Amino acid sequence: MIKVTLARLQQKYRTIAYPDGAPPPLPDRFRGQPLFDTARCAADCSACFDACPTGAIDKRDPGHIDLGKCLFCTACADACPRNAISFSTDYQLAASSRQALVVGRERAAVAAAAAALDNKLKRLFGRSLKLRQVSAGGCNACEADCNVLTTVGWDLSRFGIQFVASPRHADGILVTGPVSQNMALALKKTYDAVSDPRIVIAVGACAISGGPYIGHADANNGASALVPVDLYVPGCPPQPLTILDGLLRLIGRIADGTRQK
Amino acid sequence: MSEAGFELAALTNGQSVDLCEVPVLSLSAFGQAVLAGVAARQRVSALFGAASPLPGATRLYAVIADDEQNMLFAAAADVLGDEFPSLTPRCPQLHLFEREIAEQFGLRPVGHPWLKPVRYCRSWTGRDAWGRTPDAPIPPAVGDFYRVDGDEVHEVAVGPVHAGVIEPGHFRFQCHGEQVFHLEIALGYQHRGVEAALIGGPNARTLPYMETLSGDSTIAHATAYSQIVEDLADCQASPRAQAVRGIALELERLANHIGDIGALSADVGFLPTASYCGRIRGDFLNMSALLCGSRFGRGLVRPGGIGFDLDAERAAELGRRLDAGEKDTSVAIELLWNTQSAMARFEFIGPVPTHVAAELGLVGPAARASGLERDVRRDQPSGIFCFTHIPVSTCETGDVYARAYLRWLEIQHSIAFIRDQLRALPGGASRAPVRALAPNRFAVALNEGWRGEVCHVALTDAQGRFARYKVVDPSFHNWTGLAYALRNQEISDFPICNKSFNLSYCGHDL
Repeated sequence: MIKVTLARLQQKYRTIAYPDGAPPPLPDRFRGQPLFDTARCAADCSACFDACPTGAIDKRDPGHIDLGKCLFCTACADACPRNAISFSTDYQLAASSRQALVVGRERAAVAAAAAALDNKLKRLFGRSLKLRQVSAGGCNACEADCNVLTTVGWDLSRFGIQFVASPRHADGILVTGPVSQNMALALKKTYDAVSDPRIVIAVGACAISGGPYIGHADANNGASALVPVDLYVPGCPPQPLTILDGLLRLIGRIADGTRQK
Repeated sequence: MSEAGFELAALTNGQSVDLCEVPVLSLSAFGQAVLAGVAARQRVSALFGAASPLPGATRLYAVIADDEQNMLFAAAADVLGDEFPSLTPRCPQLHLFEREIAEQFGLRPVGHPWLKPVRYCRSWTGRDAWGRTPDAPIPPAVGDFYRVDGDEVHEVAVGPVHAGVIEPGHFRFQCHGEQVFHLEIALGYQHRGVEAALIGGPNARTLPYMETLSGDSTIAHATAYSQIVEDLADCQASPRAQAVRGIALELERLANHIGDIGALSADVGFLPTASYCGRIRGDFLNMSALLCGSRFGRGLVRPGGIGFDLDAERAAELGRRLDAGEKDTSVAIELLWNTQSAMARFEFIGPVPTHVAAELGLVGPAARASGLERDVRRDQPSGIFCFTHIPVSTCETGDVYARAYLRWLEIQHSIAFIRDQLRALPGGASRAPVRALAPNRFAVALNEGWRGEVCHVALTDAQGRFARYKVVDPSFHNWTGLAYALRNQEISDFPICNKSFNLSYCGHDL
C-alpha cells in the first residue's frame, strides 16, 4: 500500500487544463492545415497535384485542398519547386459537413466550423455522450489516438463522453478506417443497434474519404457510403487534440466558430 | 547451399539478387529444401505466390532465415496445375502461408489439415481453391469452425465488433464450462487489398500504404520498405539517417510495450499501473512527434533516409524527455511486479512451451518469452543495428507473466540504446537521392518491429516496377500462438492472454 501511495505521489496530477486552460503544446513539426501561396505557383505546374497520394489537391481549384483526403504527408510541399506549400500548426480541423473540409487560404476559417448539435440533440447528448467505436479497416493509429483520450492525461469522461462496450448502450458510433467490404455489414448492424436519435463521427482520412485506400474495390471510401456522418475529424491519424476539439464542438462545450488562440 | 544440399540463393538482410539467381526447383525439391531448413533450426520468413513466366503457372517463393549464420536463403518452384502438395502436416509454421496462397492464387495445397480462407476475399487469378463462383459473395468468417462435440460442451462466439476500442476479428471458443478446449480465430475484416495495390509501384501511394499496413508499426514497415528501395536503387541512407531510424524504431517499441503493460494491468484490475502507463505511452508517442510532428512517425522514414533531421537541440530535448519518461515508467511498472495479487493473475496463464513456439514459427516478444532466442536486430542486422547491439532477453515460461516481463526488459534496453545514439549521433545527409529501381531483382528486408519480425520481399519486373511485393507482418506468424495459449485456460483469461500478444489485425489482413 505504501508503494502504491508513493508511486501516486511521484506520478503527480497530469490531466490537461484544456479547454478551460491552454491546450497542451503541440510539437513544432506538427502538421495542421496545409496552406497554399498560389501567388508563387508557376503556370501549368501540377507538381503538387501529381505528388498527392490521395487526390486531395484539385487541379481545377488551385490553392484548395480537401482535408478529408489529406494525409498531411508533405508529399505536395516536397514536390513544390517554389516552396508555395506550408503547414500551419492549426489543429482545429473538424467540420460538420463534408464540403467544409475543402479549404484554402480565404476559406480557412470554415474548417473550424464544426457546428454543435441542434438544441434537441444537445439537450440529449450535451452532458452525456456514449459512443461505440467501430474500426472498419482502420490501421490502429486512429483507434489508438481515440483511446488515448480516455487516459488520465486527457480524461475524456470529465466531459461526459465515454466509449462503451455495446451499441445498445451508445448514443452514436465513432468510425475509423475506410470501411472494408468485410466490415460493411458489421458497421451497418452496429449502427442499426443504436437507438434513434443517434450520431456518427468519422475519424481520420480513411473514415472520411477512404484515405490511402480511395478507390479500392475491397473498401468503401469511408463511412458515409453506409451511414450518415455528423462530424468529420481529418488527419492521418488526427492529433488527439483535433479529435477532442471536434467532440467538444459537437456537444457545444466550445462555441461554434470560435477558435482557440 | 542449404542444409539438404540444395543450391539456394543466399542473401543477407536488405540485399537483393538477380531474379534468375533464385533457383527454380521442382516442387518436391522445393518442399524438401524448406523442410530440411526448418529441421536444421532455420525458419520460414515468407512463403508466397507470384506470377510465373510459364503460361498458366504460379511461382512459389520461399525465404528461409538462418539466424545462426545470419543468412537468408531463397528458392522458387512452379505450380503448373491448380494444386500443390501441402507441407503443413510436416511443418506447422507454414499453415497460414499455404492458406494465403490458396486464397490469392486459387491453388489447393493438397493434404492441408485446415484449408480455410485467410481474409475472405477474391483470388487474383480468377481461379478459386474452394470452387466458389466469381459472383458468389464471400461473407467474412462464415464457414466451418473446428468443433468439439459433447453434451456439456458449448461454443462461444465473439466479434467482429469487440467491447473495447480495438480492431475487428472473430473468436470462436469451444468450452467445457469455463475451460477453453479450443480457440479458432477468423480474421479478414480489415482486408483493404494492399498487396494487390502495391503491384506496379512504387508510386505516390506506396509510402502511405507502408505507413498504414499496421499503423502502430509505421516505422518498422516504412523502414523495411526503404531498405528494399535503397537496395534496388543502389543508394545508401547516411549513418545519421540510419541512427534516427533506429531511435524511431525503439521509440515505437517503447510506446507500445509500455501501453501493453498498462493494458495488461487494466485487464486484471490493477489500476495504478494501468492509468500511469496509459499516459506514459502518450509521452513516448510525443517523443516520436518531436522528431517528425506525428505521434506514429508518419513521414519520418523515407526511401533514401529520413524526412526530418534530428538537430542537436532536438536531440537534447529528446534526451531530457527520455530521462523523465524512464523515471515515470520504472515507478509505474515496478509497482506491478511488486503486487502479488496482480502477479498471481499473470503467472502460469496462457503458456506456450518452447517447442510449440518453435513449431508455430512465433516471432518477436512472444517467441522470446517462450525461450526462443530470435531477434532480427541481432540475427539479421541492418542499418544502425549492424554497428550497435541490443541485448536479446528471453524468458522460459512462455506465460502471460513472461510476455509482460520480457517487455519490461526490452523497455530498459531500448531506452539505453536511444541514450547511446543521442550521445554520439553520426553525421550525414538526411536523405540521399533515390533513382529508378533495378529491373528483374529479388530483394528481401527484415526488421524487428515491436511485435517481431517484419518481412518485406520485392520482385521487380523488366521496367523496375514491383511485379510482386510481399508483406509479412509479425502478427501473421503469431495469431496461432494466441489460439494455442488459450488451450485449457479459463475463458475469462482470454483478455489478458490476448493483450499479452497484442497482435495486429490489419497487419494480418493487409
